[in-house]
Amino acid sequence: MGSRIAALLLRYLYLYRRSVARVMAIVFWPVMDLLVWGFVTAYLQRIEVPGPVLFLLGGVIFWDVFYSSSQAITLSITEEIWGRNILNLFVAPIRVSELMLATCLLGALRALASTALLSLLAWIFYAFRLTSVGFALAPFLASLLLFGWAVGMCTMALILRYGQAAEALIWGVPFLIQPLSAVFYPLSVLPAPLQSIARLLPTTHVFEGMREALKTGSVDSAILLRAFALNVAALLLASLFFAWMLGRVREKGYLGRLGME
Amino acid sequence: MSQPPVIEVRDLTKRFGAVAAVDGLSFSVERGRIFGLLGPNGAGKTTTIQLLLGLTTPTAGTIRVFGLDVARHRRAILQRSNFSSAYVSLPSNLTVRENLHVFARLYGLRRPQRRVAELLELFEIPDVAKTVTGALSSGQATRLNLCKALLNDPEVLFLDEPTASLDPDIAEKVRAILRRIQRERALTILYTSHNMREVEILCDRVLFLSKGRSVREGTPREVLEQSRAESLEQLFISIARDGDLRSTEERS
Repeated sequence: MGSRIAALLLRYLYLYRRSVARVMAIVFWPVMDLLVWGFVTAYLQRIEVPGPVLFLLGGVIFWDVFYSSSQAITLSITEEIWGRNILNLFVAPIRVSELMLATCLLGALRALASTALLSLLAWIFYAFRLTSVGFALAPFLASLLLFGWAVGMCTMALILRYGQAAEALIWGVPFLIQPLSAVFYPLSVLPAPLQSIARLLPTTHVFEGMREALKTGSVDSAILLRAFALNVAALLLASLFFAWMLGRVREKGYLGRLGME
Repeated sequence: MSQPPVIEVRDLTKRFGAVAAVDGLSFSVERGRIFGLLGPNGAGKTTTIQLLLGLTTPTAGTIRVFGLDVARHRRAILQRSNFSSAYVSLPSNLTVRENLHVFARLYGLRRPQRRVAELLELFEIPDVAKTVTGALSSGQATRLNLCKALLNDPEVLFLDEPTASLDPDIAEKVRAILRRIQRERALTILYTSHNMREVEILCDRVLFLSKGRSVREGTPREVLEQSRAESLEQLFISIARDGDLRSTEERS
């Protein structure tokens, strides 16, 4: 099992050796995000907006973890469809779970590389130290990674089922989640009905927890536990949804159509 | 005592809503034979291959490969078989060697380098090993697909129009290679093609499909005798135009 996952991971890592676009996805866009929000933060500090505003930078770095994790799954498999390689993978003696696990690991590596780079730049340019709270923030990052996998799995299931018509979801779903996750503002800013929905998302608790940690210097373990509990539920539901959808895809013959047309 | 068939299909049916893409299909393929699955576009060839590979689930019927039920032992079957199609490609942004290396590892080869080199040599494309796959000519890409399909030294090979994009010279070389491997390794091949001349040269048995149903089965010579056709090409055209030959014959 391990060697098959390693082979799949190798297949995706080979791409990064010569693809400028893929390296840009890790470096350029997240850095541009960081710069924009960094300057906004610097401006807000200069005009002496009350309260800590550095959490905006934390939001940018944390959000990228979720985004990278989700995109690694959806883009990797979508590229197999675009390149008409998906059938080669589905007729190889690998489990679908191995394919998903390989893309999840790719997402973790991407998120790790991106987080390290953004943290370094945020420290150099804005004197923002992500590690100021210590490594207690690491479980929050892990939580975002897990939710990214769950969202990636659901998006992937829809792409396998609906093909090109669903490809916009790769970029759309994370940005549908972003306003509800209270990435750059506290949950209390949202209207009451949306707060109830937002509380169902692990990301909301992660960003609330991150702001609290940056403000007080300590991590609220209750928030962390809530995020993890919701992640377990999200991953379970996403796995069930993916398995059910894959069954439907096999029944309807969509897999062959995706791979050969 | 005769050996059990490597591929055994019984009463296979696949419906998509009201349409039967495959309708009560039964056939078997013995070890070391090249079996041609033929018919016009939309006859059900590709759906049948997808059912045999477990990519699509059947509505009814059974498929056994190596005596194993495809629905329950799919991975074990796939470990011993492989697939290549003119309509499926390897990732265009990896080099030839990288692609083969990845798939060799997916099929569990411990030291893939030697096998990769052997196959590139066999298909006369060793000079493109470091070339990005997207830069290959269609003939080279087809031969690369066949290299991938032979990586795990399969016992059964599913080939969907493998020579569709090859010039006559390379197509002839590919057929010769497949014939040689089939004889040396007793490889079983399920083959689809629209090139009836190729089918006559290569296939031990053929099955003509029309609207998901079997309308002729036997050796190329037998089906020609049954149909009183002069060539498989002529028979193919008759089936494509008249549909189900049996119902045509019954009416006459």
